[in-house]
Amino acid sequence: MDLVIEGARQAMIMLFTGDPELWSVIWLSLQVSGTATLLSLLLGIPIGTVLALTDFPGRRIIVSLVNTAMGLPPVVVGLFVTILLWRSGPLGFLRLLYTPAAMVIAQCILATPIVTGLTLAAMQALNPKLRLQILALGATRIQLLWLLIREARLPLLAAIMAGFGGAISEVGASMMVGGNIQGQTRVLTTAAVMETARGNFAMAIALSLVLLLLMLCVNAVLTMIQQHRRPL
Amino acid sequence: MERATVNQTILRAEELLVQRAGRTVLDIPLLEVSRGETLAILGPNGAGKSTLLLTLALLLSPTKGRLWFDGLLIDRRVDWVALRRRMAVVFQEPLLLDLSVYENVTLGLQLRGVPVSERARRAWYWLEQFGIADLARRPARDLSGGEAQRTSLARAFALSPEILFLDEPFAGLDAPTRAEVIEHVAAVIRDAGITTVLVTHERDEALALGNRVGVLIDGRLVQLDRPEIVFSAPTSPEVAAFVGVETVVSGYVVAYQDGVASVRVGPHIVEAVAAVHPGRAVWVCLRPEDVTLWSEDAVGESSARNRLIGHVVHLRPVGSQVRVTVDCGFPVVALITRHSAQALSLNLGQRVMIAFKASAVHLVGR
Repeated sequence: MDLVIEGARQAMIMLFTGDPELWSVIWLSLQVSGTATLLSLLLGIPIGTVLALTDFPGRRIIVSLVNTAMGLPPVVVGLFVTILLWRSGPLGFLRLLYTPAAMVIAQCILATPIVTGLTLAAMQALNPKLRLQILALGATRIQLLWLLIREARLPLLAAIMAGFGGAISEVGASMMVGGNIQGQTRVLTTAAVMETARGNFAMAIALSLVLLLLMLCVNAVLTMIQQHRRPL
Repeated sequence: MERATVNQTILRAEELLVQRAGRTVLDIPLLEVSRGETLAILGPNGAGKSTLLLTLALLLSPTKGRLWFDGLLIDRRVDWVALRRRMAVVFQEPLLLDLSVYENVTLGLQLRGVPVSERARRAWYWLEQFGIADLARRPARDLSGGEAQRTSLARAFALSPEILFLDEPFAGLDAPTRAEVIEHVAAVIRDAGITTVLVTHERDEALALGNRVGVLIDGRLVQLDRPEIVFSAPTSPEVAAFVGVETVVSGYVVAYQDGVASVRVGPHIVEAVAAVHPGRAVWVCLRPEDVTLWSEDAVGESSARNRLIGHVVHLRPVGSQVRVTVDCGFPVVALITRHSAQALSLNLGQRVMIAFKASAVHLVGR
């Protein structure tokens, strides 16, 4: 119990004294996971919408793959991205391994199926006749998509939260493709793992608390947007 | 592009065929909708009414067939969105978006790029017309079923469509609201002269709104005519049954004189005002409201040409009336008031006389 209290105390001290290392780790975590989430939204929402609204040969197989990929093990993704970006790998010429960009790629691969799957579910939950009604109102294809996404915005915000949560909380892939290099690729999760391995529990607890606080803040903002109802 | 010749026809469908999973759900050789008319398509559930409406409203591509709108053949080269913007559709469910009532009513106008001031003018007019102006700022999700359907109707009328499609829009309303909304919509359509296609399974809606009534059964338009003809002179037993002719029995004409045909039905001769020559096999059709019931000994009291004795085999209260089935060698259904049923002290097995005029009998060739 003393460890937890000491960890919390250290976390507060580091946060409020503006510990430069901690803040650089927080900032990098937000940058990497924020970018990965944004990319996963740009990919996942259109793919999920298309899967929900269209029917084509092979659609069921793709939906099964998306559902399976929602639970991709981060270590497998880390291994796959590492092989791709390895100096002698297919994308080795890009020299991205052990950079924040590699971490963004890995986290994006993890978050995209989550966003896609939840978007698909959100779109399929809408009344199928709503699509016909919007078309009957004279909507173009783009207007139709925009209105449907708008109608499904509450479950879509849940997709954003789940995508961001999946990205910022994973550790295996970030460790493998980022390397946990101080000042370059060290994020909250990889730093917490490292401090735990060193037996520096107070610091690990401090980092974990900061991670929790960060997720709480981001999700609180999204929840406020989700639950917001305009006044009558 | 090919242009149809008749200008008065706003919508024309030729050889329309819709198939799903190899099954034909709609097969319409020809259907024309004239400018300013209200065409009511009547049919049981699963007859293909909604499929027909969606096809005509350009929301569903038929398997085969050609469609003209305002003389323009609709094919892949035509801008379907532009054509849909000349139409409006109201579905059975209000299908409102998660917006305010006002925003829902103006949505179609917004999609068309209509200026804000014009949107407001039209929206307030139709909100007033449908008695929901005081709900304008309320979120659509908080509306009752009746209010939501009025909003949906106001949204459609605000578009000033050249043709309005109504897909059983009154089905979800409670009885008093339904009657009120039907009356109101009928008046608005009449006053604005909007061409309307209504699909419904309710006879009273077709009668209240339709200038013409089409009966759709199993995807086929089996009769299309003025309402009074469809309801009084159905062309087949299926149509007869659907338009409320509850007694449909087979017989054959044994004599014809002075415009009255005598038809043998079971052990009886039924007289009908119809020009049908002897030897023809026919269906004898009779509406329940045209049949009167008398006590067995009141034979001399009715002036009707047809008077038959039978016994009551079925009694079923229907609102303020009672549906009575009398077996006279063949079943005849009568609809009488509860008061009459009490006056006759009707019981199962009781012998009664039924009477109906020769002009109330409709003969359909077999």
